[in-house]
Amino acid sequence: MQDHLLSIILFTPLVGMFILLFIPKEQTTAIKVWANLVLFVGLLVSLPLWWRYDRGNADYQFMERAAWIPSIGAQFIIGIDGISLLLILLTTLVGFISVFSSWNAIENRIKEYYAFFLLLQAGMLGVFMSLDFFLFYVFWEVMLVPMYFIIGVWGGPRKLYAAIKFFLYTLFGSVLMLLGILTLYYQHYSQFGTYTFEIAELMKMNIPVTMQLWVFWAFFLGFAIKVPMFPFHTWLPDAHVEAPTAGSVILAGVLLKMGTYGFVRFSLPLLPDASRDSRTVWIIAFLSIVGIIYGALVSLMQKDWKKLVAYSSVSHLGFCTLGIIALNPNGLTGSVIQQINHGLSTGLLFLIVGIVYERRHTREISEYGGLSNVMPKYAIVFAISMLASAGMPLLNGFIGEFAILQGAYEVSKTWAAFAVSGIVLGAAYLLWLFQRTMFGPITNPKNEHLKDLSLREMLVVLPLLICCFWIGIYPKPYFDILEKPVAKIVKRIQPDYYQARGLPDPLPGPVPAAQLVAPR
Amino acid sequence: MNLQFTSVDFFVLKPAILLCLFGCGILLTDLLIGQQQKFLNAWVALVGLAFTGYAVWQQQSYLRGSGLQELSALSGAVTIDGFGIFFNWIFLIATALAVMISARYLEIEKEHHGEYYALLLFAQTGMVFLATGTELITLFIGLELMALSFYVMVGFLRGDRRSNEAAMKYLLLGAFSSGMLAYGFSIFYGISGSTRLSEIALAVASRGPRDPLVLLALATTCVGLFFKIAAAPFHMWAPDAYEGAPTTITAYLSVASKAASFALLLRIFLVPLQSIRPTWEPLLAAIALLTMTVGNLAAVTQTNIKRLLAYSSISHAGYILLGLVSGNQTGLQGIAVYLLVYTFMNFGAFAMVVAMRNKEMIGDEIDDLSGLMYRRPSYALLMLVFLLSLAGIPPTAGFLGKYYIFLSLIQTGHYYLAVAASLYVAVAAYYYFRIVKVMFASEETAKGEISDSPGIRVALAVSGALTLVIGLYPEPFLQLAQTSLLAALR
Repeated sequence: MQDHLLSIILFTPLVGMFILLFIPKEQTTAIKVWANLVLFVGLLVSLPLWWRYDRGNADYQFMERAAWIPSIGAQFIIGIDGISLLLILLTTLVGFISVFSSWNAIENRIKEYYAFFLLLQAGMLGVFMSLDFFLFYVFWEVMLVPMYFIIGVWGGPRKLYAAIKFFLYTLFGSVLMLLGILTLYYQHYSQFGTYTFEIAELMKMNIPVTMQLWVFWAFFLGFAIKVPMFPFHTWLPDAHVEAPTAGSVILAGVLLKMGTYGFVRFSLPLLPDASRDSRTVWIIAFLSIVGIIYGALVSLMQKDWKKLVAYSSVSHLGFCTLGIIALNPNGLTGSVIQQINHGLSTGLLFLIVGIVYERRHTREISEYGGLSNVMPKYAIVFAISMLASAGMPLLNGFIGEFAILQGAYEVSKTWAAFAVSGIVLGAAYLLWLFQRTMFGPITNPKNEHLKDLSLREMLVVLPLLICCFWIGIYPKPYFDILEKPVAKIVKRIQPDYYQARGLPDPLPGPVPAAQLVAPR
Repeated sequence: MNLQFTSVDFFVLKPAILLCLFGCGILLTDLLIGQQQKFLNAWVALVGLAFTGYAVWQQQSYLRGSGLQELSALSGAVTIDGFGIFFNWIFLIATALAVMISARYLEIEKEHHGEYYALLLFAQTGMVFLATGTELITLFIGLELMALSFYVMVGFLRGDRRSNEAAMKYLLLGAFSSGMLAYGFSIFYGISGSTRLSEIALAVASRGPRDPLVLLALATTCVGLFFKIAAAPFHMWAPDAYEGAPTTITAYLSVASKAASFALLLRIFLVPLQSIRPTWEPLLAAIALLTMTVGNLAAVTQTNIKRLLAYSSISHAGYILLGLVSGNQTGLQGIAVYLLVYTFMNFGAFAMVVAMRNKEMIGDEIDDLSGLMYRRPSYALLMLVFLLSLAGIPPTAGFLGKYYIFLSLIQTGHYYLAVAASLYVAVAAYYYFRIVKVMFASEETAKGEISDSPGIRVALAVSGALTLVIGLYPEPFLQLAQTSLLAALR
C-alpha cells in the first residue's frame, strides 16, 4: 500500500510557502500566524511516524516512489528508517520552535523571512527522506539558498561575509560529492547496464576498493564541511555569530546533522570497504578527537556568548563523528542519539542567548553577571540546558556521550581517553559561562531591570526541555528505534560483528536488501 | 550535376528563405512607418519568426514521420537533421526573445530603426546555414552573414563611443578569425579536392594525424573557431564587445551567436576531424581548462554586469567544450542540454540588465541592481533564478547542463578535468552571488523608476519559467536533446 504520509510531511511547508507568497506583505501578523501554523501542522503530521514506525523491521518504511527523470534514471523515492525518523522529528520540532521564537526578533522584511524559512524546512526534510541520490543532492543544494538569505539579510554586522562563506564552503564540498555520486552512478551502469540513482540499487554493487576510497573521500569533503569537522569548521563560528537566533537554532539543530546523516546513510553502507579501511578510520577518528578538544579549548577562550556555543558545537559534533567511525552498534547508536541531543540542547543554548540578546543587544559575556537575581526562570532554563549539553546524568547529553564512549572504548582505549577529556572541558566552559553570567551580584546597571521569560518564551523552550529529560531518564524508545537500522549498517561493514562477540544478532540471516561485498 | 532547384531544396531552405524575406520586408515597410510606430517592425519580425518556426516544425515532423535521419538539398550543401533542427529551435527562441526586449530599449537610446529587426533576421539566416550546412562554402557564407550582421548591430548606438569602439574591435578581430578559418578551409579543400565535410573526413582519415597539412588545417581552423566561441586565449574581444554593444544585442550575441558557433565547431570536429581525435582531444581539454580559468577568475573582479556576464559566458564556453572533450553520447547530449538551458538563463540575465535601463541610468553596473528585492521583488527573484542557474545549482536548469558534462567526463575517465570543472562552480557562485548580495542589500543607490515594457516582462517570464521548469521536470527537454545530437556522431 502506498502511504503518502512522508509526502504530506515534506510538502506541507512547501505548499505553505506558496500560499504565504499571496499574503500581502503589510499584513505582518497574518504572515507570522500563517508561518507558525504551517510549521505547527507540519509538526503534528510528523508525529504519527513515531507510533506507526515498525521497530521490528529493518527495511525502509513509508516508501513512496514515482518516476521523475526516466532518461537519467532519477526517481522520486522517499522512505525512512529509524535514523531518518528521529532526524525528521527533530527537524519538524526544531523548525517550528525556531520560527515561533522569531515572532518579535524579526521586524523587517517579514514575508521574505518566513518564506525562506518554510523553503528551508522543506529542503531539510527532503534531505532526510530521499532514497534517491539525485533527489538527495537536489534537496541538499536547495536548502543552501534560503540559509544564505537568512544569514545574509537578517544577520548581524558581518552577515554578508558569513553568508557567502557558509555558501561557498558547502558548495565546494558538495560539488565534489556530486562527482562521487556520478562515479557510483556510472559504476552501477558498468556492472548492471542500467542507470539508477536509487540507494538500494547502488548498494548491490561490488565496487573496487580503490574506487571506494576515492568516492569515500569525495563524500567526506561534502559531509565533513557540513558537519563541520576540524579543520573544515571555520565557516561555522562566523555563520552562527552573524545569523539571527532562529537561524542559529536551525543551523545547529538540524543543518549540521545533514553531514553526520550523510556519513551514516551513504558513506558507510555504500562504501563499506573504504569505511573499514584502517587509514580512513584513523584519519576520521583523529580529526574527530582534535575537533572535540580543539572546539572545547576554543570555547573556553571566547568572550562572545554565542561564539562560545558555536565552538561547543564543533566539540559536540566531534563526538558524533567519533561514534560513527567506531563502526559498532554502540558508537553509531550513540552518535545518532547525540545528534538529536545536540539539536535539542544547543538549540536551547542558542535560544537562551537570543533571549538576552533581544533585551540587551549585546552578546559580550562581560556585559552580564548576576542575571539569576532578576531572571530566575531564565536561570533555571539555562541551567538545565547547560547541564544537558555538558552531559550530566539524567539529562540527554549523558546518554549519547556515554554510548559513544562505549563504542570508542571498544575500538581503542586511547580514543576514549582523549574523548573523555572533551567532556571535562565541556563541563568547564559551560559551568564557567553559567557562573560568569548568572551568579554573583549584578555588576552592570543595565541588567537591573531585565524582564524574565515571557509566556511565549516559556512555551518555546518547554518542548525542548521535556525532550531533554525524556531522553535522559528513559532513552529506551530511542535505542529500540535505532537498533535494527544500526545493526544493518554494522553488518554491512563488519558482517561477523555480532557472531564474533557472541552477541544476539538483531538481524539474523543475510543482510537484507544488500549483498555483502567481499573484501578484496 | 543537377543544378535545378527542386521542391526538396525549397522545403529544406524554407526557414532561411522566410527569414530573409521578412528581413527584406521590414526594410521596405519601415519606410512607411512613422517614428512613433517603429514597434510595428517588431511585430512583423515576430510574425516572420512564427512562420519560420512553423517551417522548422514541418521539417521536424517530416523527418519524424518518414523515419529519415536526414534530408539533403542543393546537391548535399545543406542538410536538415536532428542536429540542425535542434539548433534552429534555439536560434528561433533567442531571436524571438531578442525582438521582444528591444523596442523599449531602442526608444530610450533613441535609435529605433527598422534595420535593427532586419539585421536580427539576417543574422539568424546565417545561423540557419551554420546549423544545417554540410559544406565549407555554405558554412563560411553562413558564418559571415551572421558576423556581418553582428558587426553592425554591436555598433548600433551610433552616438555612443563605447558602442563604436566595441564594433570596431569586434570587426577587426572577427575579420582576423574569419581569415584564419578561411585559410584552414582552403587547406581542407586542398587535401581533399572537395568542400563537402564527408569527403574531407575521408581525406583527413587517409592522411592520418601526423600529416603536416592536416595539422596546419587543424591549427588554423581551431584558432578561427575558438575566436568565434570566445575560448581563451582568443576571448579578448568578448568583454569589450559585450560591454559596448546595446544590451539587447549583447543578450542575443551571447546566446545565439555562441550556439551557432558551437554548431559549426561541432560539425567540423565531429565530421572531418573525428578521425584524428587523439590529436585534438588534449588540445581541446587544455583550451577548455584555460577558458574556464580565465573566464571564472576574471569575472570575480568585474563591477559591470555586462562584463561580468561576458566573462561568465566565456567560462560557460569552457564547460561546453568539455562535453566535446569527452565526446561520448552523454557529452554530446550534455552540449545540447547546456546550450538549451544557457539560452534561457543567460538571455534572462541580460534581459534583466535591459530592464534596468531607464532615462536616468544605464543600469549595467552591479550597484544599479541594489535593493531590487524591495523595489521589484518579482524581478529580483527571477534574477536569482537566472544566477543560480548560471552557477549550476539545482533545482534550476543550469544544474542539468553541468550534470551531463560532469557525468560524461567521469564516463570517459577525465577525472582531473571533472574535479577542476566542479571546483570552478564554487568560484562562479562567488561572483554570481555578488549580484545577489547587492539585490538583497537594503541600501538603494539606483536612480529612477523601472520602466519596463510588456515585451520585456514576457521575455523575462518565459526565460525564468523555462529555467525553472527544465530544472524541475527536464524529461521532455532531455529527450529532445537526446534525439538531436545522435545524428552528429555519424
